[in-house]
Amino acid sequence: MSRDITNVLFVGIGGQGIIRASDMLTEAAFRLGFDVKKSELHGMSQRGGSVSSDVRFGKKVLSPMVPVGMTDYLVAVSEDQIEVARPYLNDATVIVRPSDLSADDAKSRMANIAMLGVLNRYLKFPADLWETLIRENFAGPVGEANVLAFRRGANLA
Amino acid sequence: MADKKMILSGDGAIAYGAKACGVTLGAGYPGTPSTEILETLTSIGGAAQWSPNEKVALEVATGVSLGNGRALVTMKHVGLNVAADPLFTLTYMGVNGGLVIVSADDPGMVSSQNEQDNRNYAKFAQMPMLEPSSSQEAYDLTIRAFELSEKFKVPVLLRMTTRVCHSMGPVALWKEDEAFRPAPYKADATTKVMIPAYARRAHVRLIQVMRDLAAYNEASDLHTVLNPGSSELGILSSGVSVQHVLEAAPEASVLQLKMTWPLPMDAIRKFASGVKRFAVVEEGSRFLEENLRAAGIAVEGKEDVFECGELSVGRVKQLLAHDTTPPPAGAPGRPPALCPGCPHRKTFELLSDLKLTVLGDIGCYTLGVLPPFSAMDASECMGASIGMGLGLRRSLGDTPEARRVVSVIGDSTFLHSGLTGVVDMVYNKPATGHVVLLLDNGTTAMTGLQEHAATGYHLDKTPAVPIKLEDVCRALGVDHVDVVDPVGDNDGYRALLQERLASNDATVIIVRRPCLMQMKKMAKMANSTEVKK
Ligand SMILES: Cc1ncc(C[n+]2csc(CCOP(=O)(O)OP(=O)(O)O)c2C)c(N)n1
Ligand code: SF4
Repeated sequence: MSRDITNVLFVGIGGQGIIRASDMLTEAAFRLGFDVKKSELHGMSQRGGSVSSDVRFGKKVLSPMVPVGMTDYLVAVSEDQIEVARPYLNDATVIVRPSDLSADDAKSRMANIAMLGVLNRYLKFPADLWETLIRENFAGPVGEANVLAFRRGANLA
Repeated sequence: MADKKMILSGDGAIAYGAKACGVTLGAGYPGTPSTEILETLTSIGGAAQWSPNEKVALEVATGVSLGNGRALVTMKHVGLNVAADPLFTLTYMGVNGGLVIVSADDPGMVSSQNEQDNRNYAKFAQMPMLEPSSSQEAYDLTIRAFELSEKFKVPVLLRMTTRVCHSMGPVALWKEDEAFRPAPYKADATTKVMIPAYARRAHVRLIQVMRDLAAYNEASDLHTVLNPGSSELGILSSGVSVQHVLEAAPEASVLQLKMTWPLPMDAIRKFASGVKRFAVVEEGSRFLEENLRAAGIAVEGKEDVFECGELSVGRVKQLLAHDTTPPPAGAPGRPPALCPGCPHRKTFELLSDLKLTVLGDIGCYTLGVLPPFSAMDASECMGASIGMGLGLRRSLGDTPEARRVVSVIGDSTFLHSGLTGVVDMVYNKPATGHVVLLLDNGTTAMTGLQEHAATGYHLDKTPAVPIKLEDVCRALGVDHVDVVDPVGDNDGYRALLQERLASNDATVIIVRRPCLMQMKKMAKMANSTEVKK
């Protein structure tokens, strides 16, 4: 039904940067001229609970939430959250998971950004847009380190 | 600002809308999902403050409006219960400057203790209500709310829900920032002092204003037929449900209401008579359905299960098909837990170890109810821990059991509504006394680390005179006020608690240790200001 819409679901644990990564995808889609909506479930400050965020972009987005079974891409920063998201997946859902990263990247605080890189192997948004966004989000050397993490994820390194 | 387009959350969009209206002051108390409104307003240069609770925030807003200023008041749904007392008379008084109250409801209870549907307050307190379905509408309707408030001289309820507050989407910021200055103040006791003689007149006026508003709504652009044409199925909806409906039933015509109180009954009746099947899709209570029925409009409603939780595209399909089977569930997510190293852990380790009867309150520390602590017997609403503790001690009489009862309350919650509980503890002290643990972590942690009256900072991070919690408790006449560090002097904490429980005295133990996340945030802020320099 909504084939002209791309549905991306981010899942992980509080503190892993789920919201940040989904914010960046939302902004990227917006700057590319798509209609876009993002919706997230969080609310508490504490670390360690499940966090998820839905990003939908395309010509015209209605509901801000990805419907059951409609996820095109699942970005699971935490492997154990994939089963939590199961009802939202379908047989064709592409799952981006920590094992797609090098062991070092998967463990690092930049795993969320490296996984955006992996996601972009499919989305194929311009790499320089991502790098601009990363530098807007993280100042100085942290920004440069994240740019490198993104490139490794995207196989551009 | 005009013609600028940016990605904003619903909360952010309200802040931009209020700023564009030249809002004189935004006042509120933190509460998910409303908190980001005032945080954003401050960050874009608007005047905003955290009040100690929602009642004070609404009273401050009333004063701003009396002075012909424009006021925005923000809170989560349960906050409006706290502010209900001023609210129900404010509608009689009416407003001078525009006054917009944001109620952020939480269907599905993402982070709340209930899922009350505050649309009912608009009817009960008699005020107009606007309901955005997206970030763009949140911006547009905030501006509209200020207009309506000043045109009809009433407070306006801007009713949000979690999915509108916390969803992001593009917003065209079409309004130039207005250089608004309040007109000179003029007193008018006959409309603003609610002694019975004046209040009786005010009530008559209010009923007329609501009639005028209904007529305004009928003739306005605040209801729209989307997807017109189909006459098989017509759906009435509002808020984010409209978006779910458009996706779930693309074949239907949809009447979207942006102003959901007072209702445009004629427009609804006309729409209903033009379709074969007429259904209401609404999240939460049967607010629209029941009011339509009362107006004699036949309408297809929903099953009880749809009164609970959020709607979604899938649930709207089920609602329309009267299908009550539970939607597919994934593996359970990880529940939130106190952060590793959180100072509250020390308290709950102790309470669990001593097997005490704990009356809890609302904050991060409510998680003390979950394993590994399992150390909480009841938690109701903000501030309730103290009253419940006193009452339970009364019930248990002069028994060893009564001596095991403690109330646990956070610093922000204490200032919000714990003070009067302490007054009661001093005034109506139970035979066995009582012990209150005031967990002072130097922030409002639960809702994302906001300042409060005891932290020494305002919302905009300018310094404030901090209220000293121990001085307040001593001044109220509490028998013992102690301050302990739960981490640095854990043994002292345990010994002190046991000693106080054994006495017949009224005790407040201030358990002081900063929240870890707050410490990290402060360190980051210090770093980034260094970078700026
Ligand atoms: C009437 C009302 N207003 C706001 C909230 C949202 N809320 C939940 S807990 C909390 C404050 C918690 O702060 P504190 O008591 O200091 O505990 P902490 O989370 O820092 O441990 C707030 C504002 C609420 N539940 N009820
Ligand atoms: S945010 Fe602060 S108060 Fe809340 S659990 Fe974490 S350390 Fe504790």
